[in-house]
Parts: sequence; structure tokens; C-alpha cells
Amino acid sequence: MTRAPHHAAPGFLLLEDGTLFLGRLHAPLAAPAVAEVVFTTSMSGYQETFTDPSYRGQIVVMTASMIGNYGVNTQDLESPIPQVAAVIVRELSATHSNWRAEQGLGEWLASAQIPVLSEVDTRRLTRHLRTVGVMRGLVGAGTEPSAVDRTLLAGCPSMAGLDLASRVSTTTRYDWGAADAPHHIVAYDFGIKRNILRMFEARGCRVTVVPSTTPAAEVLAMQPDGVFLSNGPGDPEAVTYAPANIRAIVEAGVPVFGICLGHQLLGLTFGGRTVKLPYGHRGGNHPVKVLGSGEVLITSQNHGFAVEGTAEGIPGAPDLQVTHVNLNDGTVEGLRHRTRPVFGVQYHPEAAPGPHDAVPHFDEFLTSLGSGATA
Amino acid sequence: MPRRDDLKRILLIGSGPIVIGQGAEFDYSGTQAAKALREEGYEVILVNSNPATIMTDPELADRTYIEPVTPEFVELIIARERPDALLPTMGGQTALNVAMTLHERGVLEKYGVELIGANARAIAVAEDRKLFGEAMERIGLRCPQGRIATTWEEALEIAEWTGFPAIIRPAFTLGGSGGGIAYNREEYERIVKRGLAESPISQVLIERSLIGWKEYELEVMRDSVDNVVIICSIENIDPMGVHTGDSITCAPAMTLSDREYQAMRDAALKVIREIGVAAGGCNIQFAVNPANGEMVVIEMNPRVSRSSALASKATGFAIARIGTKLAVGYRLDEIPNDITKTTPASFEPVLDYVVVKVPRFAFEKFPGADPVLTTQMKSVGESMAIGRTFKEAFQKGLRALETGRAGWVVGERPVDDRVADDSLAAVEQALAKPVPERVFQIKRALLHGMSVEELHRRTGVDPWFLRQFEELVEAERAYAALAEVDAVSLRHMKRMGFSDRQLAALRKETEGAARTRRWALGVRPSYKMVDTCAGEFPSNTPYLYSSYDEESEAPRTGKPSVIILGSGPNRIGQGVEFDYCCVRAALALREAGYETIMVNSNPETVSTDYDTSDKLYFEPLTFEDVLEIVEREQPLGVIVQLGGQTPLKLVKPLEAAGVRILGTSPDAIDIAEDRKRFEALARELGVMQPPNGTATSVPEAVAIAERIGYPVLVRPSYVLGGRAMEIVYDEPSLREYFERAVRVSEERPVLVDAFLEDAFEADVDALSDGKTVVIGGVMQHIEDAGIHSGDSACVLPPHRIAKEHQDIMRAHTIAFAKALGVVGLINVQYAVKDGVVYVIEVNPRASRTVPFVSKTIGRPLASLAARVMLGETLEQLGYTQEIVAPYVAVKEAVFPFTKFREFDPILGPEMRSTGEVMGISRHFGEAFGKSQLAAGNGLPREGHVMLTVNKSDKAGAVPIARRFRDMGFGLVATHGTADHLESVGIASRRVFKVSEGRPHGIDLMVNGEIQLLINTPLGKSAQRDDYSMRQAAVANRVPYTTTLSGADAACAAIESARAHPASVKSLQEWQAELR
Repeated sequence: MTRAPHHAAPGFLLLEDGTLFLGRLHAPLAAPAVAEVVFTTSMSGYQETFTDPSYRGQIVVMTASMIGNYGVNTQDLESPIPQVAAVIVRELSATHSNWRAEQGLGEWLASAQIPVLSEVDTRRLTRHLRTVGVMRGLVGAGTEPSAVDRTLLAGCPSMAGLDLASRVSTTTRYDWGAADAPHHIVAYDFGIKRNILRMFEARGCRVTVVPSTTPAAEVLAMQPDGVFLSNGPGDPEAVTYAPANIRAIVEAGVPVFGICLGHQLLGLTFGGRTVKLPYGHRGGNHPVKVLGSGEVLITSQNHGFAVEGTAEGIPGAPDLQVTHVNLNDGTVEGLRHRTRPVFGVQYHPEAAPGPHDAVPHFDEFLTSLGSGATA
Repeated sequence: MPRRDDLKRILLIGSGPIVIGQGAEFDYSGTQAAKALREEGYEVILVNSNPATIMTDPELADRTYIEPVTPEFVELIIARERPDALLPTMGGQTALNVAMTLHERGVLEKYGVELIGANARAIAVAEDRKLFGEAMERIGLRCPQGRIATTWEEALEIAEWTGFPAIIRPAFTLGGSGGGIAYNREEYERIVKRGLAESPISQVLIERSLIGWKEYELEVMRDSVDNVVIICSIENIDPMGVHTGDSITCAPAMTLSDREYQAMRDAALKVIREIGVAAGGCNIQFAVNPANGEMVVIEMNPRVSRSSALASKATGFAIARIGTKLAVGYRLDEIPNDITKTTPASFEPVLDYVVVKVPRFAFEKFPGADPVLTTQMKSVGESMAIGRTFKEAFQKGLRALETGRAGWVVGERPVDDRVADDSLAAVEQALAKPVPERVFQIKRALLHGMSVEELHRRTGVDPWFLRQFEELVEAERAYAALAEVDAVSLRHMKRMGFSDRQLAALRKETEGAARTRRWALGVRPSYKMVDTCAGEFPSNTPYLYSSYDEESEAPRTGKPSVIILGSGPNRIGQGVEFDYCCVRAALALREAGYETIMVNSNPETVSTDYDTSDKLYFEPLTFEDVLEIVEREQPLGVIVQLGGQTPLKLVKPLEAAGVRILGTSPDAIDIAEDRKRFEALARELGVMQPPNGTATSVPEAVAIAERIGYPVLVRPSYVLGGRAMEIVYDEPSLREYFERAVRVSEERPVLVDAFLEDAFEADVDALSDGKTVVIGGVMQHIEDAGIHSGDSACVLPPHRIAKEHQDIMRAHTIAFAKALGVVGLINVQYAVKDGVVYVIEVNPRASRTVPFVSKTIGRPLASLAARVMLGETLEQLGYTQEIVAPYVAVKEAVFPFTKFREFDPILGPEMRSTGEVMGISRHFGEAFGKSQLAAGNGLPREGHVMLTVNKSDKAGAVPIARRFRDMGFGLVATHGTADHLESVGIASRRVFKVSEGRPHGIDLMVNGEIQLLINTPLGKSAQRDDYSMRQAAVANRVPYTTTLSGADAACAAIESARAHPASVKSLQEWQAELR
């Protein structure tokens, strides 16, 4: 069991602009963690967050101040292992209580060698990132960064231009769901979350998950009812191999659905651009307006990049129509091909963690299956 | 969808007096609703009988009816005002019930009034246990397994199925009134019958017990196009079985994984859509089985509630305000988030802190009342605290409760924690049933070494919370054992919410020494903002809380500022009226160009609305917490005279710390409170006091009583609300008083006063700028001396006190104000006996009658007081002369006796009322009648009056009996009273006293043969005899009075009601007569 914070060793977070945050490290540090520092405002679902491959290569700050209260279990994993580079919290609960809990959070992260820096003024850190923008940081031991730490931090690559998707993608094809399921979906894995697979499975789909670089011809040869483009980490523009594949699949008339990175890749495929947001959208409370209706969805989000555009449209991509926008900042949250059964959403309808308002997108995709040939 | 233009005039119903289960939170919601409607250009008609509220101030609405919140009176208002719509969701269960009755009677249809916010169907389905259960079944959710009973026979059958314990919930009652948990057949019969009697539709839901399940609440909002957002999740630390109002709760939920939380959220969305709350907010309660996560829906309230007020304060999302805008047609995404101003209201707030709410109880006021917490709410107020961690918020919440504990600290004596002795066995025994002191019993158990597992088994409290507690105990031990305290270890403790007082106790030093060290080590709090979004977006609303973190966000404007100290958790003796004064002061000083800074810990109130002041510090009102704020803000000064006893207690330490107290000097406050100094002053001014003395030991008290003669009034010094104040008739009783109620010592002197039997009492409120003193009002108490002024009905202007006596009181008040150098408000209490005016006490501060007087005379006394404290003169403010209204205003107190059945519902020198109402009329009778009706003590126009009066009242009862007889009432009397009446030629039907035989008075009341009970007890032994009679009156809802003066007033009211039809008139119209 994790020891009380007071007895843990001192540690720090150094940001690339030189700002230093002190805290406590819960386990001895094998090596400093160096990565982009982002914050999420999700109040529950830390386990899902830490195992979400989209967080690969990121130090995640939890704005919720009490983390670890309900422990971790094997059912709420979004991938087999924690993906984050490090975790920063205000208080890591020394104990946990929940009927499904199998282990404490601190213990679990320690065994995966993920550093946890606690007792940090996470609100100050969040406000700093919000004001100055997301930046790289280093989690180290002690109270002061060494010269080595500073060199390490300076050498950390920027998220822009980084293709992380191929790093987290499966290297071998695998199937999920019943072999005799009525529908067959091929999912490009750019860092897919398990709950997406669970969602498809629950709707009568067998999903073949393929590596992110799988050529379109191979996918089409499987004769899928639809193709899914998964979420994933990193800069979408760096996933240079994807658009050609996507275009070929769309042109073959197969329905396509993209989430998050998948949605961004759809935007790029049809001529749009992606931009890095100042501090991203990460949390479970983002209001998304469904254009053309009064409906507002409360959505789960986790992205640092977005498809450039407004409610009016996406510059350079006349074939795409914007279907959803974020009510907080007006950014593009959903798009649809004007003539093809192709759509994507920037947020996470599979939730996990987060609200289920957008779950019907899966049904929408299922409805479009089989419509491809005639579209 | 923008605002509806088809509506012009909207009727808003308030919740009436503060009662247990319906507190100040509805002043907050009603005030927000009124403001929101007027902001949108609607004409607002408001009805509420409670004068101590901000919402009933005339500026808040176009027309304000201070009238009884009953279907009959609201119908009169509708007939007169012809509103287009009625908003019933802002005034608690009272408003909802009135709206439903008006709907059922066809009144709304007749006058074309539309219900907005919630429609009749939604209300009916949510409130009717049976319909609700069916609705939940339709959407695939489970309710606790329960069955409906409408008769005792049905209930008996259900008991076979539920077994014991069984939970009984009456339909359509507030605060779970009349409900409870039955552990055996006897309790079951008692609670079921009571529940059936209290439910307006004679319906109770009987459930299998879910005791030990975890309890949660979600606050939900929905707009007219079916968008739904969750504002806040709340987790109860006490498991199911304790009313949520009586539970310590926290937000956000602490022990739910995302999967479980989202399942609950999904369920909440289904519920609000199925029930169909038209547009606005609701709260939904869930229970979760800790063993397997199984979830059931407990209930849904289709309106704002105590929890929604808490959620609003906990998140910064103003539920009542936004709910009102939704009710008039807006969609969530069309309304801006008031705190960030940059994002819309269609989102779900996120917290980067923890909020803990702690209930405050008043069992010390009701000796004999059952302190076991059940499904019927028993607390009278609450504190809320915000911290960055659970432990910090929990400890802050406990010290904010102002019960003398510096945090999570066990009582000095076992009995303070309702534990028999210091043994583990005693603690184990105590833990068996939940009581208000349970968290302290838990600490005792932990100190004894009881394991978390065992504590969980015994209490049902989730192990996570228990381990948080255990960490606190461990931290205390480690800190106490430190060789030396350094900054790191001290900061560590402060981050767990330990107060300086607690830390000092751990190391056996003084609080001052602890603070000096802390400051020297540079360990100071930082102030963080509550911003709805966990820092994701910029926010400009300085709603702040302290935490031992790094960065402070409290902005500095450089404007001259004033700190107003609020009144903390509501309690008996210190209620919403003091919050009213603080709010008025904040508004007045803001208008005068000052930066206003509010400090308070009560989530129910208008003062803790971030909109009320320029800066809000949601902090405990302890010396430490206040001093840190003062140090940071460097205000011109601090206002302490408006928040009741809470800020007054801080005067001495604040002054000693060099803080400037605005208005009346601390020394003047001390003179008024120090018996010896006050006596000297009264003598100097030539004002009579009842013979009295101050005792520091029991023999001394006995000697004083001998000297001045019995009966005597005894009380500890420095109390508010007459805490432990009693009238004692002889020496044995006096000795018994010291045994039972009060410890006396050098440090804790006890005051002994001659009790002026049969005297008239009066209260005078006045305002002084240091040179000029202007009387606010002279109020005559309806009840005779011996009844606490807060419990006595009073009338302004007086109707029975001779002009010359009134003038003496005015002159005395002015003399006291001048002699004390009062700058601000002063309240003086007088008694008149045998033509002599005695002063009872002087309070150089706002009294609880300030809002009542302000409304009657049309001048905001608290606002004016704030301005004079900052140096303006009464002349500059245009208030130079007493205003005597050409109409009559009556204030009546409202009591919680229905919640404490075991307690004798009698009035005395110890205050027991929770709230108040006001009646205004041309005539005393009607004004009094309205006040009675508004207080739920509606008087009959015909039927039978039962009289049973003590010896000394027999003569006085005669004229009253005669008047009732002349109106055609039948008279029923117990033998002694009947004999006396007969001797003067008044016939009455004789009835036995309870001890004499049957049929006795109670039988008649149960049978509905008595419409009014006049029962005056005197002396301890006589009281016991009538005890059960009065309880029966409460239980059977028979209006009753325990004083002859009360009976006289009731008689006048009935005469008036028979002579004139009921009528209504707005406060604005009344006040127009003053010009």
C-alpha cells in the first residue's frame, strides 16, 4: 500500500519556461520523465485516462484534487498498461474503497514505473498551462533540477510533428467480438481505446483491429461493412501515411467513422489542416452543439490538435461539412462528407471516462453500414 | 429559443417561515429567481410570509405580498394580480404544494395562470410515491422495494413483507416530516400513524431498509429542448438511514468510479426526462449497495432544494438563477456562465477542490427529544467548507459549525459526544445508532484503536472516509510527538485542515503561540477561486476559499474595502434575519463605492451568493480564519454587529490583534454584555433593572435568589437565544438547574434576575450615528414576560402599552445609545410591571427584529446602519425621525415541535423557534390572524374552545371565555377552570384532565371536537400535567396557545376574521402610506 504523502520523497516538475513545482514522489524514480504536460478536468475515470493510448507521451495533470479514492481494477482498462509518462496530482489517496477495486492506484502506477508527483499546487499549474500554453516538462527527484535534468528537458521533442500513433498501434492484426457477429468492422489502430471495441461488440460487430500503417487494399480485401479510424496520440499531420489509405477506402464506397485522431485524419484527407490548440481540450464536460438542432451534448474530450475551421466549414475541404462545434471556443467538433457515408467526431462517444451523451454516434455508424455501395 | 414574450407578469411563491427541512436556502433561491425574472423585464409578483428574507424586500419585486403562503391567500393574490404564469419551484415543498392545490381546485385554469418550471403532471409523478415507482419501472430503474399504505391496516400487511427495520416515508411532506425508521412493531405503529396523519393525502411509502447503502445525490438541470446537464454530485458520509439534511455530505462524490458515476448520470437523465420537469432544476437521490454496486433511485424533487443551494455554492453554478431563465424559455447554451462570463451554462461544472457540508443540530434546546438520526430531518442549519482535500474541507466544516470545537476534536467529557464513559465498550454501544456526535464517537473509537473494518461494520460509513479519519488521527499523533515543529511538518498539518487551536492543543501550547510560530515559519494560507471549470477558463468572480497551497488568486483592486462578518450556520437564536442584515450592508456599501468583502460559512444564504458582495470568502468564522483574511485584505475595518453572536465573539481577539472594528466600539459592546459594568451604566442613567445578581458558585446563586425573591430567571452570561435560560420557582429547582443544565464558575458566571411575573415586554430597535439616535420601532410582545423575545409574537406599533411607557422606553433607548456611543444598531428589551418600566437587556447590535421593523416602517435599517458605520450621518441619509406606521404589523414565531414529539411544546425563556412570519393589516386582529395562519396555527371561526388554565389565570380567562361564547363557540373546560367560569355565570362542558379519567381533553382533540386549545401552565409541576395535552394538540394540528395574552390576541383575530373577509395588499402599497 502506498505510504502517506508526508513520508514520500521530494520531487519536482520543471517546465520548459523554467517554472518549478514542488511535490512528493510516491516511488523511487528510475529515470526522470520528460514529456508534454497537459491537464484534464475529468473528475472521475483516472484509470481510463492513464491507460488511454491518446495520452501516450504526456505528463497528465489531474485538476480534480483527490485521486485514487476508488483504486483500480481490471475492467476499466482502456489499454493493457498505463500509457502516460507521469501523473501529477494534488493528493494521491493513500487508501481506496470500492467493491470492484483490486489494487491501489499508487501501487499500480509504481509497478508500471509511472512516476506520480503529488502534493502539487495543481491549480496553479493548470492556470499556468492555460495562460502560457501547453509545454514540455520534466518530473525529477529532489527539490532542485540538476544540469542533466535541464539538458534532458531541452532535448525533449515537441509534440508538433510527432507521429506517436505508429508507436502505440498494434503491430499485428487481431479480432474483437463474436466471430459470427452480424457486422464486420475494420478498425485502424492509431491508439484505440478498448471501450470503442466494447461499444462495437455490444452492437453486434466483429472488429478486426489492424496496424495504423495497413494499406487500404489489405483492408478492402477483408470486405468490411465499415471502417473505423481510431483515436490516438500525437500530431495528426505527422501521420503522413494515413490519408491516402483513407481516401482509397472512402472511394471504394465503404462507410467510415473516425474518432478524435481518426476525425482529424478525415479532415486532412479531404484537404483540411489541423492546428495545435493552446492548451487542448481534456475533460468530461465539454459542451458540443449539434448544428442545425438545439441539441447540446456533454462530451468526453482529449485532444491537443483540432481540425481548422468554423461552423461554416473547413478551409480547403469543400467536400466536408461541419456538423458539431465546441460551445466554449467554437472549434470544429464533428464533420461529415457531403456525399459519402463518412463522418468523424473530435470528442469521444465511447466516453470511458466521461458522459454517454454521444454514444448514439455508434448507432449512427451502424445505420450507415451497407449504405456505402449505393451512396 | 429566447425568452418567452407571451408572459408579462409572473407570480413567484416563497417558502414561508424557516422550519426544519425548509431553511434559508429558499430565500437564496427566491431572491435569485426574482432578480433573474426582473433582469429579463418581467413584472414580478412575490408572495412570502417570512419578513426576515431578502426576497421580501420591496426592491426585489414589483409587488411583494407578505401574506400567508396558503392556497386561499395565493388565490386572492392571483385574483387581484392576474399573473400570466406561476413559478412554483423556488419556494420548496410549501410553494409546490400550494401550486398543486391551486391547480387541483381549478384556480389556475380559472384565471389562466400557467405553471412554469415544473408542470402539474411532473409534480404529481415526482411526489406521489406510487406514480413515481411506476415511472421508474417504465424506464428500467429500480426504486427501493416499497409499498404504499393509506391505512394502518394496509401498513400492517406490508410489515409482514418488509420485516424490521422498515422505513416509513409520508407523501408530500417536507424534510421527511412524519417519517422514520421502525425497528420494532411498536415504533412501526407510532410512525405509520403519524405519517398518515401528516401526509396531506394520507399516504405513506413503506420500504425495506437500505440501511448501510451508500447515498448520493445528483443536481440536474434541463432546458425546454431536452438538454440536460448534471451540476454536481454529492456523496453522503452517513449511509442510508440518516436524512440527507442530517448527513455530513461532500462534493464531488468521492468513492465512485467513472463507470458507476456515469451509470448514475445516465439514470438521472432518464429520470428527469421521464418525470418531465418542464425546464429547470431537480435533485435525484440514489442509494448504492457497497457490496456489489447495485443502484436504486430513492426520490426526485422537481424543484430547487437545500441540496441545490449547496450545489450552487459548491460549484459556483447558480442553479436557481439559471433554472428561472430556463423556465421562461431560454436554452442552456443561450445563458452565459456567470462566473467565467466567457463560456455558456450548458456544461457540467468541474471541481478542483472538495466541499464538505456539516449539519448543525439544536438538541440542547430540546432536552428529552430523541437525538437518533433517522429519515426525518432534525438539523436546523449547516456549515459548508471548501478545501483542496477531503481532510481539509472536513475539518474546516467542523470548526465552521461554531459549536466550540476547533475541528474534528472529541468532546471534553464523554457525555459531550453522547458516550457514557471513556471505555471502548461505551463507544461501541454509542455507535449502534446514528446521532449528531457520531463523527466524534468515531474518533473516540479510532483513538481506542478500533480498526477501520470494525468501524465500517458498526457504522456503515464507507471505509474510504474512515481511513481519511484514521490518517488524521495518525497525523495528530506524529505531530504531537515531534521534537521540533518545522515549516514542512506544520504545512503538512495545515494542509489537512488543522486549526491553530487544534495544533496548539496537540502540543499543549496556546493558540497564540501556535500562530506566532506558524507566521514566523511563513506558513500562511493561499486563496483559491471557485470558478466552475477547475481553472480551464479565466474567471473574474472572486469567490474564494483558503488552502495551504502555493498560489493565491484573490485579486487586489486597491479600492477601500470593508469586511462584513456573516452569521455562520443557522441555529435557533441566530437565523436568516442576521444574514438579511449582512446582505443589506453589503449592498448598501457597494452602492456607496466601497469594495465589500463577505466572510461566511453558511451555504443556504443570500450572503454567500457570489453576487451579493464584491468578494466572497467562503470560510469558517473563527478568529484564525478571519484574521488571515483581514491580514490579506487590509480593509478599512470589519463590521461585526450585523451577524449576531458569531462575529461579536470575535470582537475582543480581533481588537487585540489591532483590527479596526467599524461602528460601536468593542468597549461599548463589553459594557452591554458585562453585567457589572452594565448595572453601573443603568444606575447612572436612572433606568430601573429587575433586582439581580451575578453568581460564580451555586451557594452564591442561592443567596442571590433568597435576596431578590423567587421566581428568578437564571442563565449563563454571554448567550444568545436564551440558551439554558430558565425560570426557577424555588431553591430545590435552582439547585437542580445547576445539576442539569449549567456549570457555574469564576469563568462562567450565571446571571440571576428577579422574574417579573405578568409583566408586559417590549423590544425597541434604534439606529444611532454617534450623535443622533432615531427609533426604528417599539414592539410590544404578545406573550407575557418569561417567554423569550424571539419566541414571542410581537406587534408594531404596540397596541396595549401606554404612550407614556412607550415614551420612557424611547428616552431610555436614546440615553443608552448615547451613553454607549453606539454607531449603528441597538436593541433594548423592556418589561413593564405595575406601571414601572424595567430594562431587561441592551444589545448594541442588530437584533432579529431588524428586518421586521424595516419592512414595517419602509426603511432599510441594516443598510443605514452600515452607512453610518462608515461615517455618514443619519441626517445625510435622510433618516431623522421615527416612523410610526398607520397600520399594524405582527410578527409570530414558528416552532419545530412537530419534529421533536418527545418534547413539551411549551414556550419559555429559552428560545426554541426556528423562524418567523409577518401579518400586516389595518387592525390588530386581522394582522394577528394572518400571522397565525402563516405560522401554520390557523385559527378557527367556529367550533369548540377548550380552556384549561392555571390558578392565577382563572380570572383573566373569564373575559376571553365570554367573547368566545358570544361568537357562538362552544366552551369546554377542565374542572378547575369550569368551576371558575360557572361562578361568573359562564357555562362550559366539563372534561377530565388526562390524569383524572376519560373522556379527557386528548380524546376530544383526537376526535376533532376541539378547534382551539387555551392551556396556560405555570410552575414545573403544573407543566407536566398538561404536557401530553399540548403534545396532542401539536400531533392533531389543533391550534393552541399557552398564554392568556396569546388567547386574547387569538380571540381578537377570530372576531376580526368573522367580521371582515380576508384581503391582501402588497408591501409596496402599505409602505406608500408612509409617504
